Amino acid sequence: MILDLYNYWVVIFLMMSGFYTLIASNHLIKKIVGLNIFQSSVFMLYISMGKVAGGTAPIAAEGIDTYSNPLPHVLILTAIVVGIATTSLALALVIRIKESYDTVQENEILELDRISDEETQA
Amino acid sequence: MINEHLPALQVVVPLLAAPICFLILNNRLSWLFASLVSWLCFAMAILLVMEVKDGAVLHYEFGGWAPPWGIEYSVDVLNAYVLLIVSGIAAVVFPYSWTSIQKEIPESHHRIYFTAMMLCLAGLLGMTITGDAFNLFVLLEISSLSSYTLISLGRDRRALTASFQYLIMGTIGATFILIGVGLLYALTGTLNMADLASKIPALEGSRTLQAAFAFLVVGFGLKLAMFPLHLWLPNAYAFAPSAVSAFIGSTATKVAIYALLRFLYTVFGADFSFNFMQVQWLLMPLAVASILFASMVAMFQDGIKRLLAYSSVAQIGYMLLGISLVNITGLTGTLLHLFNHALMKGGLFLTLGAIAYRVGDTRVKSIAGLGQAMPFTMGAFVVGALSLIGVPLTVGFISKWYLILATLEKGYWPLTVLIIISSLMAVVYTWRIIETAYFQERPANAPEVKEAPLSLLIPAWTLIAANLYFGINSRLSTDLATGAAKMLFGGSLL
Repeated sequence: MILDLYNYWVVIFLMMSGFYTLIASNHLIKKIVGLNIFQSSVFMLYISMGKVAGGTAPIAAEGIDTYSNPLPHVLILTAIVVGIATTSLALALVIRIKESYDTVQENEILELDRISDEETQA
Repeated sequence: MINEHLPALQVVVPLLAAPICFLILNNRLSWLFASLVSWLCFAMAILLVMEVKDGAVLHYEFGGWAPPWGIEYSVDVLNAYVLLIVSGIAAVVFPYSWTSIQKEIPESHHRIYFTAMMLCLAGLLGMTITGDAFNLFVLLEISSLSSYTLISLGRDRRALTASFQYLIMGTIGATFILIGVGLLYALTGTLNMADLASKIPALEGSRTLQAAFAFLVVGFGLKLAMFPLHLWLPNAYAFAPSAVSAFIGSTATKVAIYALLRFLYTVFGADFSFNFMQVQWLLMPLAVASILFASMVAMFQDGIKRLLAYSSVAQIGYMLLGISLVNITGLTGTLLHLFNHALMKGGLFLTLGAIAYRVGDTRVKSIAGLGQAMPFTMGAFVVGALSLIGVPLTVGFISKWYLILATLEKGYWPLTVLIIISSLMAVVYTWRIIETAYFQERPANAPEVKEAPLSLLIPAWTLIAANLYFGINSRLSTDLATGAAKMLFGGSLL
């Protein structure tokens, strides 16, 4: 009964592991990886939702009358494009952060900011 | 003839103008073109407001595909009002940009700046006008991605980490919205907001619907900086270039509040949101916390931009408070504060841009003695600050008046006291700046400072003058806000 909905369990597992990586890791690139896993889980939610049991690809053909719903798949193509844009922008930012801070560890960046704050105060 | 295509043109024009801004190789021409397009958008928004202000609703079917299959844009009083705010601020900030970015952004990035601003404008206008839930997500991401780029253009290297932090938080928010929309689609098989609204009442009690509601509220909560999801905002506003702070600070969170209202009232319906889910009891404590906490933090800031950013979090608290009162006066107060806060924060950030242009930075201690050196700039700042406090004859008074009336109507007098206390806190944090500027001498070794150039003063004073004009003659904003609030409570008119 619970296994009937296994696609949702996969989605929830991926979503939580991505979210955990995003929150818990200190390395900026690992955060982006977490964000990607998190987003992919939502893509899978949409894609598995569009599948109709016993349905085929939505191409009109003789002798077939059950089709999968193509709309969620099309929506997710858009969301994937958005995801790629987000990832590439995030990576570009990390490169610039690396150039100006010489580190991609979040705690070291915060420490450097604290030091420069104290210098401007003084 | 052209009029019937206005809802589409409102978004298509800035969207097409964005790549053109980049293709025009001359920076100055690119700026002139961008300013013209922003005025054109403002003109279109005015035309749309005139068409719908009596309660008419415009529908536009993209490519002739009838809803609920095709994407539909629909304009009613509420989104025409928000379109007017967004495009009006853009029409002031775009001309202002040229002088302001000369000192803040390297010349090689000027065209990229205009392109990103244009994309951000297109995304925000599109989010406001669309009648399709998935389309809203896509346009939200267009505006968000361009605002991450704009924030990272700041001079300080902390602009990069601020932008990265905003990117992470913003993408989580957008993904939550995507999950919410997906769950709604799984339940109803439609993405059109009006169609969703007609199918949702039959589903009350469905666990999936409740989950979708929760995901959407948290997702928009992240985008509109609802306490305690506001952590991205202070750094993003503080380290972005001045013109970007003015634009994003006065439009992006407003559009997110609009989207939240649209989902709470139109898509889910007031009955489901407030009677069944009781979302007001989530929003009210968070609104109170953000008003008190953010005003408190603002009193202890050294950087004026960061101070104004925390004050923005507090103002967003007012707007959420108005929603959480669930009466027409409260909602009118929220909608008025959308308009009025855009005017005051826009004006204040623009004057700060003028200070940054002459002085180089905007810490409280570096503006000592500027009252004499830059009388017009600091004069604008004082008027903006009075409006932020809510002194009569400024717009800040009007929206706080409505909020106070709404709390009294409900009999929640502790909230009335809270609004008055937080206004006094606003006196404290703005007075620190005014006192430093007028009653402290400029340090002897500080370089000579002149009044800001007219190309910065005119746009800043335009917004500041609007603060006074709409504070005295508030018919336009109150009529539209009351009309929109009545429409939201009167059920779906989409």
